[in-house]
Amino acid sequence: MADPLLRVEHLRIEVPTRRGILVAVDDISLEIAPGEVLGVVGESGAGKSLTGAAIIGLLEPPLRIAGGEIHFAGRRIDNLPYEAMRRIRGKEIGAIFQDPLTSLNPLYTIGRQLVETIRTHLDVGPAAARERAVALLGEVGIAAAEQRIDHYPHQFSGGMRQRVVIALALAGNPRLVIADEPTTALDVSIQAQIIALLKRLGRDHGTAIMLVTHDMGVIAETADRVAVMYAGRIVEMGPVQTIVAQPRHPYTAGLMQSIPRIGGPRDRLRQIDGAMPRLDEIPPGCPFHPRCPDAFDRCRRERPALLPAPGTQAGTDAACWLYDPAISGDAITARHSRESGNPGAATISAAALDPRFRGGDGC
Amino acid sequence: MSDLAAPGRPRSVLDSDLVWSFRHSPVAIAATIVAAAIILGAAAAPWIAPHDPFDLARLSLLDASNPPAWLAGGSWNYPLGTDNQGRDVLSAILYGARLSLVVGLSAVILALLFGVTLGLIAGWRGGIVETIVMRIADVQLSFPAILIALLIDGVARSLLPREVQGEIALYVLVASIALSAWVHYARTVRGSTLVERNKEYIQAARVIGVSPARIVWGHLLPNVMGPVLVIATINLALAILTEATLSFLGVGLPPTQPSLGTLIRVGNDYLLSGDWWISIFPGVVLALLILSVNLLGDWLRDALNPRLR
Amino acid sequence: MIAFIIQRLMQAVLVMLVIALIAFALFNFVGDPINNMVGQDTNLADRERLRQELGLNDSFVVQFARFVGHAAEGEFGMSYQQARPVGRIILEKLPATLELSFVAALLALLLGVPMGIYTALHRDSWGSQLLLAVSLIGVSLPTFVIGILLILVFAVLLGWLPSFGRGTVVHIGWWTTGLLTLDGWRAIILPAVTLALFQMTLIMRLVRGEMIEVLRTDYIKFARARGLSNRAINFGHALKNTLVPVITITGLQLGGVIAFAIITETVFQWPGMGLMFIQAVNFADIPVMAAYLVLVGSFFVVINLVVDLLYYVVDPRLRIDRERVAGV
Repeated sequence: MADPLLRVEHLRIEVPTRRGILVAVDDISLEIAPGEVLGVVGESGAGKSLTGAAIIGLLEPPLRIAGGEIHFAGRRIDNLPYEAMRRIRGKEIGAIFQDPLTSLNPLYTIGRQLVETIRTHLDVGPAAARERAVALLGEVGIAAAEQRIDHYPHQFSGGMRQRVVIALALAGNPRLVIADEPTTALDVSIQAQIIALLKRLGRDHGTAIMLVTHDMGVIAETADRVAVMYAGRIVEMGPVQTIVAQPRHPYTAGLMQSIPRIGGPRDRLRQIDGAMPRLDEIPPGCPFHPRCPDAFDRCRRERPALLPAPGTQAGTDAACWLYDPAISGDAITARHSRESGNPGAATISAAALDPRFRGGDGC
Repeated sequence: MSDLAAPGRPRSVLDSDLVWSFRHSPVAIAATIVAAAIILGAAAAPWIAPHDPFDLARLSLLDASNPPAWLAGGSWNYPLGTDNQGRDVLSAILYGARLSLVVGLSAVILALLFGVTLGLIAGWRGGIVETIVMRIADVQLSFPAILIALLIDGVARSLLPREVQGEIALYVLVASIALSAWVHYARTVRGSTLVERNKEYIQAARVIGVSPARIVWGHLLPNVMGPVLVIATINLALAILTEATLSFLGVGLPPTQPSLGTLIRVGNDYLLSGDWWISIFPGVVLALLILSVNLLGDWLRDALNPRLR
Repeated sequence: MIAFIIQRLMQAVLVMLVIALIAFALFNFVGDPINNMVGQDTNLADRERLRQELGLNDSFVVQFARFVGHAAEGEFGMSYQQARPVGRIILEKLPATLELSFVAALLALLLGVPMGIYTALHRDSWGSQLLLAVSLIGVSLPTFVIGILLILVFAVLLGWLPSFGRGTVVHIGWWTTGLLTLDGWRAIILPAVTLALFQMTLIMRLVRGEMIEVLRTDYIKFARARGLSNRAINFGHALKNTLVPVITITGLQLGGVIAFAIITETVFQWPGMGLMFIQAVNFADIPVMAAYLVLVGSFFVVINLVVDLLYYVVDPRLRIDRERVAGV
């Protein structure tokens, strides 16, 4: 990617505990282009929220960055002193969190909270700041902003509150916003609105968004690219259309398969057996191998790096030994054929001979 | 942003976590040592005290008002000095600590029994019983505990004829302190009961037909005892403090059966004339005892608090 | 809202009546009031006449009503010990206790709140550790031990401050104040510090605990994410959210100053209501005890009522956690 806005290289986040040092995020690298929406998807505990926290410099001790670098707009930011990082927060990088009710101070009006934020980043007087605040509220879709600006947070509904939160995050006109599960705490009907709002605002202001969520559906609608995280690592990354249509990593495939579809054969809900391992129980090699139907010997020993997955658009990578160029193309073809339920004749012999492939149900 | 651990197999680590936390907390260890030293010393008072401070026959006025051994005029026969009647301060402290602990522990146990029972009943039965108990608790909590203990004690004394007062002062004292302290147990237990009551294992027991009494005592009780332990430890420090205060004020244990508080009271009269050791040493021991129990209670509360892990 | 006020009011009245009942029961049924008032050689006929005059043969309810009526006017009968009207004794002692309590409460607040804020914001500094250690000692040392130690150091060894009494007092109407004389100020320092220490440590720990909780909330995190300065976060947001519950809880705690004044007054022989009460208990001076019970009880009921209502007005979503007040 040419001149990315955000570049994370080999980020590693650790936490010292009674039982030793646990690694919560283990060597992840990603990039976000200006104005792009990068979705970061994964189960609870996969490390996606921590990544966002590390980027904006709000990792809570004892969590700490133990390795890697974070670059923003060409400048390294992970090792900045507190005050320098503070100036970046809100002005260059903003953040939105999950629960809009607890994100707002219940004792202050939203107007006061908005004006305070605006005046922190822009050198304007109180009147001008208030005008800008009203304009912001209008932009996020709050009607009668002139009156409502003097209301307290508990006087707003959940969806409205999240709009206020978005307005606050955008008050300093940041170039990147980290949205950590922005719709999880909201009603389904409101979720779509908020997502649409985020998308529109991002486009209008040219703001890049790092959208962290466990909801693949939201990603499919909103993101340009997506990174799939599992047990603190990125297992697949690429353009969203490709990943949704042709997931390469067995985990991503499992995720897509477990989304119930309207129409189509009525079947048992598919799921991935087992659960993501706890931080102190991450297996050696590929962390997904205990649950992976395609696991073979190497998977248990060596951790796979992100490798380009052939047969896809350029830019899709998967951390899976299946895509090691050394492995015969037959194996991969066989697997893909299996997924699409259409075994070609040429592949049956390969599958029959190779002990690595068990027949039976797909991933 | 700290969703580190996904659900996994259950760990039976409450004990080992607690022990680990203890072994790594120098404060907790130091506090335990100090408290244990005082408690053991007090318990063994009849055997290890160099003199018997209550044996009037053996008191000698010639030895009265001796300063501690390391000062001029003192002797190692009376390591911490003697009071105005010739009683050995060290022995008096040992016996006094004994009484302070007996009163404190009894009061705590009594308050615990009373409070936990009421809390269980209130939480289990709900309805008007719960309302009444909680209202009374609320009202009582609007008064400082010491005041309540003082009032109950003072009033009880006035009701009793003077001759009996000395003998049953101990029981009256224990009852007053216990009555001032039951509220915390009741409220906590009632809260926990309300939570546990709706859990599946209790509902299952009810469905099976286990009698309510067995459910409450056998199933509910073990699960609500955790916080009770913390309260009891902190309460112990408070009970000892309350007893000492009441005795100091003259409405606790009498000089014939002195606790540490009584000793301080008696010694206070001689403070201004320079015989400071009569009240200061009991004061130091009392302070150490309360401090160490307080520290243990603090540590226990932090160690058992799931949010701080 | 109205329903809440009425409910609280009724509860307050009920509690006051119960207190009055206890006091009344004490008053009338401990021993025989007549015996306590007359000499041994008063004959039976005279006693009976006295009994009739004082209305001691009337029904329980009537006597109780009379008692309450008198109490409301400040009329509590005659002290057994001093043979003077109790009301006048109380009036004499009240200013001493009130002045001491006021100075102590002020001291506790002025020192406790800033210390609490400091230890919350600078959690790992050695200053904080020191303050926390001292606060632990403050909570563990019984008030009277502190008093005795202070007397030992400042009165006996150093001789700077007096060890008992109020010093020279000035009479203003029925009030006596020691705050207008240097002598009076010197006399009030040690007792006030003794009384304040316990409260101060409680306030400090309360403010600290509350502030640490607040600093962990999502809205503080979001404020940080918006790039607000530390000053804006700590003193604009965190402090306000901390003080709202703290102020009301502290209000209740300061009522405890009255209770602890009993101990301090005893140590320093401070001629206030607390000392009066202790002397009454030791003498079994029932009228004085009953009067103290009613007065102090009513005081607490009123304070609790006021703070309850205040809290409701400040933030109706919150309710006072009574146990936090008691320092658990």
